Amino acid sequence: MSPEIGHFALVLGLALALVQSIVPIWGSRRGDAALMGTAPPVALGQFFFVALAFATLTHAYLVSDFSVENVFQNSHSTKPLIYKISGVWGNHEGSMVLWVLILTLFSALVALFGRNLPLTLKANVLAVQGWITAAFLLFILKTSNPFARITPAPMEGRDLNPLLQDVGLAIHPPLLYLGYVGFSMSFAFAVAALIDGKLDAAWARWVRPWTLVAWIFLTAGISMGSYWAYYELGWGGWWFWDPVENASLMPWLAGTALLHSAIVMEKREALKVWTVLLAILTFSLSLLGTFLVRSGVLTSVHAFAVDPERGVFILAILVAFIGGSLALYAWRAPTLKQGGLFAPVSREGALVLNNLFLTASCAAVLVGTLYPLALETLTGAKISVGPPFFNWTFGPLMVPLMIAMVFGPFLAWKRGDLLAVAQRLTLAFAAAILATLVAYAVTTGGPVMAPLFVGLAAYVIVGALLDIAERIQLFRAPAATSLARARGLPRSAWGAAIAHAGVGVMLLGIVGETAYKQETIVQMRPGDSVQVAGYDITLQGLVPVQGPNYRDLVARLTVREGGVDAGTLAPAKRVYTARAMPTTEAALKTRGVSQLYVSPGDASTDGSIALRFFYKPMVLLIWIGTLVMMLGGVLSLSDRRLRVGAPKPSARRAAAMQPAE
Amino acid sequence: MTTTGTPVFVRGGMTRKQRRLTLIGIALAVLGLAAGLVLYSLSGSITLFQSPTDIVEKNLQPGARMRLGGLVEAGSVRRGQNMEVAFTVTDGRNSIPVAYRGILPDLFREGQGVVTEGVLGPDRSFRADSVLARHDENYMPKEVADSLKRQGHWKPGDPAPNPNAPARSP
Repeated sequence: MSPEIGHFALVLGLALALVQSIVPIWGSRRGDAALMGTAPPVALGQFFFVALAFATLTHAYLVSDFSVENVFQNSHSTKPLIYKISGVWGNHEGSMVLWVLILTLFSALVALFGRNLPLTLKANVLAVQGWITAAFLLFILKTSNPFARITPAPMEGRDLNPLLQDVGLAIHPPLLYLGYVGFSMSFAFAVAALIDGKLDAAWARWVRPWTLVAWIFLTAGISMGSYWAYYELGWGGWWFWDPVENASLMPWLAGTALLHSAIVMEKREALKVWTVLLAILTFSLSLLGTFLVRSGVLTSVHAFAVDPERGVFILAILVAFIGGSLALYAWRAPTLKQGGLFAPVSREGALVLNNLFLTASCAAVLVGTLYPLALETLTGAKISVGPPFFNWTFGPLMVPLMIAMVFGPFLAWKRGDLLAVAQRLTLAFAAAILATLVAYAVTTGGPVMAPLFVGLAAYVIVGALLDIAERIQLFRAPAATSLARARGLPRSAWGAAIAHAGVGVMLLGIVGETAYKQETIVQMRPGDSVQVAGYDITLQGLVPVQGPNYRDLVARLTVREGGVDAGTLAPAKRVYTARAMPTTEAALKTRGVSQLYVSPGDASTDGSIALRFFYKPMVLLIWIGTLVMMLGGVLSLSDRRLRVGAPKPSARRAAAMQPAE
Repeated sequence: MTTTGTPVFVRGGMTRKQRRLTLIGIALAVLGLAAGLVLYSLSGSITLFQSPTDIVEKNLQPGARMRLGGLVEAGSVRRGQNMEVAFTVTDGRNSIPVAYRGILPDLFREGQGVVTEGVLGPDRSFRADSVLARHDENYMPKEVADSLKRQGHWKPGDPAPNPNAPARSP
């Protein structure tokens, strides 16, 4: 396949995107069903052409066509197959094509599966998606053509950045983009509703599954990126408050708030105006994230391009979409009717509190991320805002959120009773106190606050389980009744409780890792031993090993636990030959959910090597917690109510089978 | 704390206006808390970036915490006992000796860009507690590149002064 086919397919995709931007919305204004009906086939055509372009680029990578500059810069003929494929999005141009591919995929899904959407809403949603697609295709064609050729074609490529040659990072960008770009759907729904001036409970029911899909993928993407940083960068840290990480955390926080406020809107028709604003803000933060990462205004391993033209272009897209949608919001939002009164202490009130804390923490992260940029632009002073800032702003905001999170599901709609809920949560409080005391008794050292956080985690997990126990009347009704109730419980109720429990599990992992980790750095010669957290570790020797496109210097270590052989560890200093770039390959030994972590430093001329050992108790719970959260999301997504979508006659039958919530 | 500050109304005796005011009150309290935390933490966790020339010309006080960035001067790296490392950071005009103990990052090399964080000593030497090289080998840390540009050692458009950096074709 010639790369020119891919280039041409992108141009055709742009042409179709322009059609989709204008024709359906014109039809919806005139009430012309034929014009509105053009949106789905055009959206499918767009997906086809962008997918063709992506396939062409992938093909160029697979056959190592170094006459394409993008392939030359980022690939190498000896690179393993999986990294030839992941190399497609391991660079600026290719990753933008992936971004647009996912965008058009979501449009195509609406076109195919949005049958129960009202025609006008569907046409408007697809038109808004068309605007975004057109803007980004124009960006690719104007500033970042992935199909540019070089003559004469070089014999060999420059290889992908070795840090990116990793299975975790091969799938991290697609997951992250599915999340980022998925929020474009909630954005498109919000803008379409503002154009139409129609916003009801059914709208919230359509928006929720799309938001949930995006949220699940974003959670997976962030979690994967964090685990990658943990074992690949060799520093043993799992979250650095790096601007690029913050760029993905901000839409996650806003998206989590959106998921919760959409519940209020669906069930009670309240918080409409706020939900629409959140939908706009969430995607705006996704765009901001794309801008921060792609424009090169930040320095990190993610910034492939340092090219002012691209930065200005994305900034223009950012200003047009965020400014335009907020202006539309300011103009149209006052016309939306508010409904659903509620007392401050109620399920609605708890969800409002959730939204307040999530958006406030999101704003705090935004300030910390953009402050250095703003200050440098205004005064020229160069500063860095370190992790303490984020720990001291984000942490205190999360604590009340987690305390309130357990109360929320127990409170009644409209008006709740705090004291009665507190009584039903006795077991959760007891678990918290017990966990705090146990943590205090069995741990030595570590910060004073740590046992309290262990207690908080126990409270969150037990509180979430109590929610389910209460609903199925566990131990209060006969076992058969409880089982029947458990089966009849809506999946969204299971999903919410499980996702909340996942937060507790993650918190437990975070406390274990940050408060109780042990670290030792030692200079070792072959034969030397060191003791780390009850493990006796001996350096057997340093062995050079040749890999497919790298050379390793492996430190062979044997581990003994209480005098018993517990296997080996083989961390390595690696040099990728094509770029002569060194990396550190850490070695891990997993014991339950805890890990022993070794990363090597430089070998000295006298035959010794510096080794950094960590013992990280409960560290795996951080990522297991996010998996549990995602499981909750998937369960919620499979809820019949969301699959059915709009209220339809068949919905009555489903409702009859399930107990009322 | 859940809804500290909010009265618990078991019997609904609130008017619509009171409900709204309560909600607005809670919102302001949360936002106030967030703003307070942000301002408090910002004052304590900011570190300024300085080049060697900044340190010499601004006559910075010893004991101040800062980030020092520049090029690792060729031939200046000396390794001592117990992972002690000494090297010199230069921007071409001035140089500052740096002492560090620990494992250096993968991309730390003589002649390349580096950012260190630590405390300035009384004799204009720098005691670093962290050495950052979390940049890709294609380019310099942004602060270092800017400071080198100011000293006239690197013009925009030139490839980074880095032996391994591929020259980007336009």
